[in-house]
Amino acid sequence: MSRRGARGPGWGLLLALLLALGVVPRARGVEEQGGTVQGFQVVTFKWHHVQDPYIIALWILVASVAKIGFHLSHKVTSVVPESALLIVLGLVLGGIVWAADHIASFTLTPTVFFFYLLPPIVLDAGYFMPNRLFFGNLGTILLYAVIGTVWNAATTGLSLYGVFLSGLMGDLNIGLLDFLLFGSLIAAVDPVAVLAVFEEVHVNEVLFIIVFGESLLNDAVTVVLYNVFESFVTLGGDNVTGVDCVKGIVSFFVVSLGGTLVGVIFAFLLSLVTRFTKHVRIIEPGFVFVISYLSYLTSEMLSLSAILAITFCGICCQKYVKANISEQSATTVRYTMKMLASGAETIIFMFLGISAVDPLIWKWNTAFVLLTLVFISVYRAIGVVLQTWVLNRYRMVQLEIIDQVVMSYGGLRGAVAYALVVLLDERKVKEKNLFVSTTIIVVFFTVIFQGLTIKPLVQWLKVKKSEHREPKLNEKLHGRAFDHILSAIEDISGQIGHNYLRDKWTNFDRKFLSKILMRRSAQKSRDRILNVFHELNLKDAISYVAEGERRGSLAFIRSPSTDNMVNVDFSTPRPSTVEASVSYLLRENVSAVCLDMQSLEQRRRSIRDTEDMVTHHTLQQYLYKPRQEYKHLYSRHELTPSEDEKQDKEIFHRTMRKRLESFKSAKLGINQNKKAAKLYKRERAQKRRNSSIPNGKLPMENPLHNFIIKEKDLELSDPEEAPDYEAEEMSGGIEFLANVTQDTATDSPSGDTGSDAPLTGRSSPPAAAEKPPAARAPSQPGPAACDPAPPTPVPAPPTPAPARQTTPRTLSRGRGLRRGRGWSAAGCRVRTRVRRRRAVCTAGARSSGPARAAAPRCSSSRLCRRRATRRRTRWSRRRRRCDGCPRALHVVPSTAWSRGPPVRGLE
Amino acid sequence: MGSRSSHAALIPDEDSLRRETGFSQASLLRLYHRFRALDTNKKGYLSRMDLQQIGALAVNPLGDRIIDSFFPDGSLQVDFPDFVRVLAHFRPADDEDAGLRDPREPEPLNSRMNKLRFAFQLYDLDRDGKISRHEMLQVLRLMVGVQVTEEQLESIAERTVQEADEDGDGAVSFLEFAKEEEENGSGRQLVVSTTVCLKTQLPGRFLVMVISVWNYWKLLGIITTTAFIILL
Repeated sequence: MSRRGARGPGWGLLLALLLALGVVPRARGVEEQGGTVQGFQVVTFKWHHVQDPYIIALWILVASVAKIGFHLSHKVTSVVPESALLIVLGLVLGGIVWAADHIASFTLTPTVFFFYLLPPIVLDAGYFMPNRLFFGNLGTILLYAVIGTVWNAATTGLSLYGVFLSGLMGDLNIGLLDFLLFGSLIAAVDPVAVLAVFEEVHVNEVLFIIVFGESLLNDAVTVVLYNVFESFVTLGGDNVTGVDCVKGIVSFFVVSLGGTLVGVIFAFLLSLVTRFTKHVRIIEPGFVFVISYLSYLTSEMLSLSAILAITFCGICCQKYVKANISEQSATTVRYTMKMLASGAETIIFMFLGISAVDPLIWKWNTAFVLLTLVFISVYRAIGVVLQTWVLNRYRMVQLEIIDQVVMSYGGLRGAVAYALVVLLDERKVKEKNLFVSTTIIVVFFTVIFQGLTIKPLVQWLKVKKSEHREPKLNEKLHGRAFDHILSAIEDISGQIGHNYLRDKWTNFDRKFLSKILMRRSAQKSRDRILNVFHELNLKDAISYVAEGERRGSLAFIRSPSTDNMVNVDFSTPRPSTVEASVSYLLRENVSAVCLDMQSLEQRRRSIRDTEDMVTHHTLQQYLYKPRQEYKHLYSRHELTPSEDEKQDKEIFHRTMRKRLESFKSAKLGINQNKKAAKLYKRERAQKRRNSSIPNGKLPMENPLHNFIIKEKDLELSDPEEAPDYEAEEMSGGIEFLANVTQDTATDSPSGDTGSDAPLTGRSSPPAAAEKPPAARAPSQPGPAACDPAPPTPVPAPPTPAPARQTTPRTLSRGRGLRRGRGWSAAGCRVRTRVRRRRAVCTAGARSSGPARAAAPRCSSSRLCRRRATRRRTRWSRRRRRCDGCPRALHVVPSTAWSRGPPVRGLE
Repeated sequence: MGSRSSHAALIPDEDSLRRETGFSQASLLRLYHRFRALDTNKKGYLSRMDLQQIGALAVNPLGDRIIDSFFPDGSLQVDFPDFVRVLAHFRPADDEDAGLRDPREPEPLNSRMNKLRFAFQLYDLDRDGKISRHEMLQVLRLMVGVQVTEEQLESIAERTVQEADEDGDGAVSFLEFAKEEEENGSGRQLVVSTTVCLKTQLPGRFLVMVISVWNYWKLLGIITTTAFIILL
């Protein structure tokens, strides 16, 4: 990356390329040096002018292209970790350069590494840190990071010294302190290397977070140990006093806590700044990077732990930043961060390889190198086992043998160690070159060899544990069910410890921090969504039950088939027929795939077997995964997989609907005589609704809204536990709500389109993107558009009890969330019929929504009230309490229907 | 922490509860805290809604079934002892003293059979001691994605029942269920992975300290400044 000996000509290879490309005539006046050149030159060649940035850019390009190359072959990357490939590539490139040049022009210098390459990686780690998991395991992580690192450093250093004393290493100009210094820099597990490898090895989340967290947090220890021993070496062994040792220990606390503090302060600043960036959206993402980077530099300036600072800056700010900045900015931040981190990582590994090609730094001492390798592995294993033994007495989630093996084996060393060792002063540490070459060997060994073998090792260990055999259907189903049960029980019993503290923190956060750091709109909508949802459901249910009661046909509520209805069909909400049919096709394709497989196998299997297989296949593919399995962890290279969100969404829909159902049935007995009034009107609306079903008129609008809304709720549904990895998605919800609120507050229903885009959000991007206009367009013209064939006595749809029909439909449509029972009964029934028809029918059923909404109901009055208050830019406290909550929720769905015609008409 | 003992005294009928459920005092205490935390209005019992507030349950396909299992026989509230009793099913089964146990005593809640029974009841909605095809279908429907068609589901349910059904009554009885699990070992899975559950309260004072420092950043500031002063 940086150059030693700036010798452009050596770059035969690149120069050729450069000449080929770069001789594009540029009509540019160029001042010439001296009088050697006469007149104006059309083209000049100014290599030295651009040399440094050009080479840097080229290197980055080479690294990135190499990455593309690696991934061309999936087979290679699935076996060999990318980091190893990059190192090898670096070695090769370094060899080429050296062969051409006979000088190592490019090495990874500590400055570049610490100032430009490391910060993005660590910031990325912090910003995407699964907070809850991290803090849940903080004790363990700290123990490994602090005690473990000290242990590694001390034992490695001392053992090497012992061997040295025995004379096995021959004659070296080295003292005890040098060994300890070496031990301290080689002891630390490297966050870059660990992540690069662990990301590909799929270990459980706890194990992952422990190793990952350890690698991040042990930086403080490394820095302190390194500084302490370096200064001791400088002082000379005899001059070290007890006071110095005490100071060293104190400095550990100062460095680590100070670094953390700096990070927290900057996170605070950052959150505060992003709170006010409403009008400068375009540079919003910049703040995140600049301020985080400042935290890094500041703590570096104060000689505190810079890694800790930027990590905690990321960890602490993520929640508020994500809540504050706009949807697009959030996306930008995410992608930029991933890009920077991934790029930096690529460059680091490649330059590690390149740096190794330099005969000047190589000094070989077999005993020393080999013993270092042995000691770091052995002592790491011993340390892990000892610490785990202690920890397991206190941990609720035990670390098993297999975990310990992976942890010991996963102790990869990386660029941090290398950069530190290069930083050593040759005058003070006589054997610097030996240390450097040993470090390089260690890094290469751990990254390449261990990185290569850890995956098979994990697999092998796992396979050993449970022998493979084709599971039976029951087993599959029940096994999955048990997983779900367990995770539910864990949630109920508050599995992850110290809830007390967490609750306190949540309180503190809600009372003070969020107030200061979050936009008002964001904080308002942030919590209690679920509560509100229930409240709304309650109201809804009451009126609903009253309605059913009035009609005297309540059987449907109690009927056992409620469950069927509950689980109906969430895929129905579609923006249009087109999409519906597309998805229909897709779905068909899915099953077609199954069938293909089936036919492939058919020759060999009896029909019965085939059926079995298909069933297994289906189950395997579509069973919901238990939480632990799919909650994805931090990954440097990938952004959130949408699959999981989808699953969450689906389940959430179901759950909510079901709860509403059961709620209704629970309320059934209680509210007998409510709302006897308005009978007639409702009945009429009812009829109309029924009638419109077979019409098959496609509504085009609301379903999607409905969909989005629900999903936002889902994301927000867990105010207490969410601020972690889910916070990322949360931001979407918050933003969404924020925008809606804003929208409402300014009473510009069709107003700022700007807020619409974030509103429709990220989770169903393709559909969502085109949503707002679509929704609005058809809805503006008025009820007629959606409710074309109103009271005509069209024959009732195939569904029997009319009452039954009312139930579900209400909510899916115009009423949006408020009528939480969003799916349509019609949909459910039809579903069992021809699928193609279903799409149309449900759509038709939905279209009746607006019609229903037209019926004056309690909602309308509420709506009016809301509208009346809308103009107020500020809500009184009281209002917020009594009205705000329902409103918050209310607002959510209202985007869908408040713009719609029926409501308009009412007003 | 001094609050420990005082809190402990708050748990009603603690001793007998401990004996019955096999929880340690620390676990009970922790559960009690949890119970209190879930109990939003401090009413002394949990309503269905309190449990439904737990966000993670909303995305758990079986979440509501499990909530229901806390409210047997249509009761609307669950008090602390009942709450603990349900959770006790998920304590790791203590195999070692299985032989030593007094046969007259009722089987402990966390025994294998009781665990299975608990799971079984999640399936068995109408409490007739059998998982009918219909009930199986309902569970299935909860647990698979929307992509699977009704027909497929039905056939899967059919098959699943058939697979376990030995006496040919078209439903899975508890014995059949247990046997099936015995064979497959997924029952074991339920037991084993429950080791996770409820071992003890994290006593790591160190951890608590760290987190309180994290919480009370004022203190953190003070420490840092003092450290600076010492250094300088």
